[in-house]
Amino acid sequence: MYTTDLHKTAGETKRPVAMTNEPAELVAAFEARVAADEFIEPKDWMPEAYRRTLVRQISQHAHSEIVGMLPEGNWITRAPSLRRKAILLAKVQDEGGHGLYLYAAAETLGTSREEMTEALHSGKAKYSTIFNYPTLTWADIGAIGWLVDGAAIMNQVPLQRTSYGPYARAMVRVCKEESFHQRQGYELTMALAQGTPEQKRMAQDALNRWWWPSIMMFGPPDDNSPNTAQSMRWRIKRDTNDELRQKFVDVTVPQAEAIGLTVPDAHLKWNADKNGYDYGPIDWEEFYAVVRGEGPVAQERMEARVTAWEDGAWVREAAMAHADKRAARSEAA
Amino acid sequence: MSPRPASRDWPLWEVFVRSRGGLAHKHVGSVHAADAKMAVEAARDVYTRRMEGISFWVVPSAAITASDPADSGPLFEPAEDKVYRHPTFYKIPDVIKHI
Repeated sequence: MYTTDLHKTAGETKRPVAMTNEPAELVAAFEARVAADEFIEPKDWMPEAYRRTLVRQISQHAHSEIVGMLPEGNWITRAPSLRRKAILLAKVQDEGGHGLYLYAAAETLGTSREEMTEALHSGKAKYSTIFNYPTLTWADIGAIGWLVDGAAIMNQVPLQRTSYGPYARAMVRVCKEESFHQRQGYELTMALAQGTPEQKRMAQDALNRWWWPSIMMFGPPDDNSPNTAQSMRWRIKRDTNDELRQKFVDVTVPQAEAIGLTVPDAHLKWNADKNGYDYGPIDWEEFYAVVRGEGPVAQERMEARVTAWEDGAWVREAAMAHADKRAARSEAA
Repeated sequence: MSPRPASRDWPLWEVFVRSRGGLAHKHVGSVHAADAKMAVEAARDVYTRRMEGISFWVVPSAAITASDPADSGPLFEPAEDKVYRHPTFYKIPDVIKHI
């Protein structure tokens, strides 16, 4: 799963401020390396604003993977067959793994796991808006895999060449695993679409509810995304939000048609001139409301995370105490 | 909903995986764990969900000494002008075989 670089409000999308006290020759050497598509590694010198942008983006991305386990975890016990249950368990476990790869990548920039967890729980850090929508029926599990993971893949494939080495390497692993997520979701949706009329209605209903949130996952339109230019110059981002969104619409619409489902957009029309679909206006008010934490189940998500963290505190402390005691004993021996 | 301050992080371990017999262990990432045994268990869950390996090394991250990128000149440049260390440096007539 993926989050684009989010800010709490539209007005907050400030460009990272350049540090004036940074030695010009180091900045120039850094810019040249990035422009030459070299990878930046943890011990390399980097501008403070680059570091901060990465910490924000990678940690948001990690948080999204972790919070993303919740809407799907909700359905593990209610999966309609053992096959579907095993698949869903494996997928949710993958999302946990993706979160861990990404936290580890962010930690190489000098932030700690503890700081990131605290930022998520206090509401300071953002995660993808998509997870603040509820999963109402089993068909939603199909829609999430097909659309949400499909959008995530669109976003993440170019990030395998992002300029920061540890982030790029984490993305290579994530992308390798993500393709199964999308395919199982499409297969699930396909099974429903070819099932009873009631099952087909469920699949269509899920597509109706997840379509717009999915295409919002690519983030604000380019003309309202002031970070994009800087991030592209630094090769953190490789494509603009609108470019990726267009690509996603173009590949997904035929997939819906192939199984007899209708994308819920009255304006959707093939445009031969641009060799892509024209789509209707996106409700950005809704997007920013969800970013601000007003999504239908935003509060429930954070409560679930905080409860899990607090309930696990004694385990973390006991494991550390045990390790310390054993270390002390072996020193004494 | 006021989360209490997060407790201190478990130590960080670097994870190396031998993907199959005959190959070296290769760095794949890192995990937090209270001790080495737990680090191996976490590494198994995080890095080998798809038969990516048959053996692990876990090493406390703090135990690794890395070279400084600023020293890459003195460390690696001296090799650049020693092309005679490569077999292609030597011109041998085509008629000479097995060399």
